Amino acid sequence: MKVLVAVKRVVDYNVKIRVNSDQTAVETANVKMSMNPFDEIAVEEGIRLKEAGTASELIAFSIGPKQSQETIRTALAMGADRGILVETDTMVEPLAVAKCLKAVVEKENPDLVIVGKQAIDDDSNQTGQMLAALLGWSQGTFASNLDLSDGSIKVTREVDGGLETVDLKMPAVVTTDLRLNEPRYASLPNIMKAKKKTIDLTNPEELGIDISPRLTVLKVEEPAKRIAGVMVEDVAQLVDKLRNEAKVI
Amino acid sequence: MSVLVIAEHDNAELKPATLNTVAAATQLGDVDILVAGDNCSAVADTAAKIAGVGKVLKADAPALKTGLAENIAPMIVELSSGYSHILAPATTHGKNIMPRVAALLDVAQISEITSVVSADTFVRPIYAGNAMATVQSADAIKIITVRTTGFDAAPAEGGSATLEDVSNIMDAALSSFVGQELTVSERPELTSAKVVISGGRGMQSGENFPMLEEIADKLGAAVGASRAAVDAGFVPNDYQVGQTGKVVAPDLYIAVGISGAIQHLAGMKDSKVIVAINKDEEAPIFQVADYGLVDDLFEAVPALSAELDK
Ligand SMILES: Cc1cc2nc3c(=O)[nH]c(=O)nc-3n(C[C@H](O)[C@H](O)[C@H](O)COP(=O)(O)OP(=O)(O)OC[C@H]3O[C@@H](n4cnc5c(N)ncnc54)[C@H](O)[C@@H]3O)c2cc1C
Ligand SMILES: Cc1cc2nc3c(=O)[nH]c(=O)nc-3n(C[C@H](O)[C@H](O)[C@H](O)COP(=O)(O)OP(=O)(O)OC[C@H]3O[C@@H](n4cnc5c(N)ncnc54)[C@H](O)[C@@H]3O)c2cc1C
Repeated sequence: MKVLVAVKRVVDYNVKIRVNSDQTAVETANVKMSMNPFDEIAVEEGIRLKEAGTASELIAFSIGPKQSQETIRTALAMGADRGILVETDTMVEPLAVAKCLKAVVEKENPDLVIVGKQAIDDDSNQTGQMLAALLGWSQGTFASNLDLSDGSIKVTREVDGGLETVDLKMPAVVTTDLRLNEPRYASLPNIMKAKKKTIDLTNPEELGIDISPRLTVLKVEEPAKRIAGVMVEDVAQLVDKLRNEAKVI
Repeated sequence: MSVLVIAEHDNAELKPATLNTVAAATQLGDVDILVAGDNCSAVADTAAKIAGVGKVLKADAPALKTGLAENIAPMIVELSSGYSHILAPATTHGKNIMPRVAALLDVAQISEITSVVSADTFVRPIYAGNAMATVQSADAIKIITVRTTGFDAAPAEGGSATLEDVSNIMDAALSSFVGQELTVSERPELTSAKVVISGGRGMQSGENFPMLEEIADKLGAAVGASRAAVDAGFVPNDYQVGQTGKVVAPDLYIAVGISGAIQHLAGMKDSKVIVAINKDEEAPIFQVADYGLVDDLFEAVPALSAELDK
């Protein structure tokens, strides 16, 4: 069984982002970039399926600028077998990402595609569901556990009320939630080995996909700042303030 | 302009998130509601009473019982002609279904809007709410999820919508429901509670959460948690507040033993009043707190409980 995972290059989750001075975007020049944390979880899950003998090959996919190769390299160092980069310098919306993924799926024929539930930059939470729709496949979103058996996969999902389990007909698309696993770090020998693994380069035109955006970003602004309040001496003062000043209890 | 709102419910009760979504929808045009479920007449009747709703579409069939996106999305696509916008609350249910609808319609989805600027322009948070993007859609039909904290709930009473049955419901036979483990609680729902008290890694163990529950019961509050507390197994996943958990904006949010990472702040910084209890005076949570108390939580929380009785 082949498994395809998507890995997105995003601003590292530790970076305190800033809106640029002309209020059109978030400043990404000279900012630390990393693999989207939910995609690390996707890669880890793919590797575990390989280690369990369930998956035979793990392919890491990304769409983005040339530098996204580094993100794919990270996936290869963790344990993916090869990579595919759809190279583009334009911003790609989830629908376009899903369409490119679909084109790759049709070439590679994986039985399972694992993507992150959301990218921590744009916070869209769409790509996996859109891919499943375009392929006419089942979807297991916000997964905290996977259980594969012949031709089907049981996915435990983190939902608002707790946990829910669904049984999906394969092939399927799964999106990862935080508790699915704890991703490994790539070891130095594996980082060296990853340099020899192949990354195939293609682009949206070659795949025949129109990636022109449907949304125009008119403006990007900083949210209203909260101003720090006061420190209270003790619990009695706190309760007094909540009752008589803020009047919230 | 006509707007279709996808109701959030559990076949027995309509969830409050629906009311916030209707409020967003009324800013765009005439509102209809889709109640898709199994044996969901009571929900449809409740939905018909919401102020400002013209028509309730009831899709009642076993295939829709558990909200499987594979079955619901194609039906919404069939119903979509005639609507300029389709809105669902940005709950796990809405987030699961709506991108599937958008892709089938070959349009973008606009995720988690916090305000409506005009019929085609919306504001949505990006980067864990550290930036707000104003986006304009060129698509013929707008598929939108609504961050419920951005909109005051529409009145649950005062409307008298007509009811219409939806036929043509199909089971895509791609997926099936196996089971669920829902957290049972008498307390208000986290996302609609007026008061929330959350615990973090500082709580040290799940066994200490009853301290927070005691206060929650005195204040009619819901109990939440940071990711660290959930990852450590202190409390179930549905307690998580934050960028990748639930977004809350209660009148009062009390953070106990939580450091205030940006991913946590993303889920609670729009609360009206924030209280932080933390033993580390340098903790970033104090930068957003209206009232900060530097103290050991194992002293402060029992004292708070006692003080509330006075
Ligand atoms: C300030 C700002 C301005 C923007 N302006 C524009 C614009 O003008 N035009 C435009 O088209 N877009 C624009 N975008 C969109 C953008 O860059 C996002 O990448 C895009 O919307 C995808 O959303 P997402 O990654 O949050 O998707 P999600 O659906 O949250 O991603 C979920 C998962 O899908 C997979 N995935 C998503 N993207 C990729 C990828 N590139 N490679 C590999 N896997 C991927 C990953 O597994 C990821 O975990 C803008 C974004 C921001 C923040
Ligand atoms: C992709 C991604 C998504 C994430 N999503 C979320 C999310 O949705 N929600 C979320 O919350 N986090 C999220 N995080 C995690 C986030 O970055 C932080 O790691 C997390 O919020 C920390 O939780 P905490 O404040 O409980 O723990 P810590 O940061 O460890 O803080 C514990 C605090 O407790 C205090 N403390 C300890 N003992 C006591 C005591 N006895 N009395 C008083 N105070 C005490 C300490 O001083 C400290 O400030 C995410 C991270 C990533 C990478």
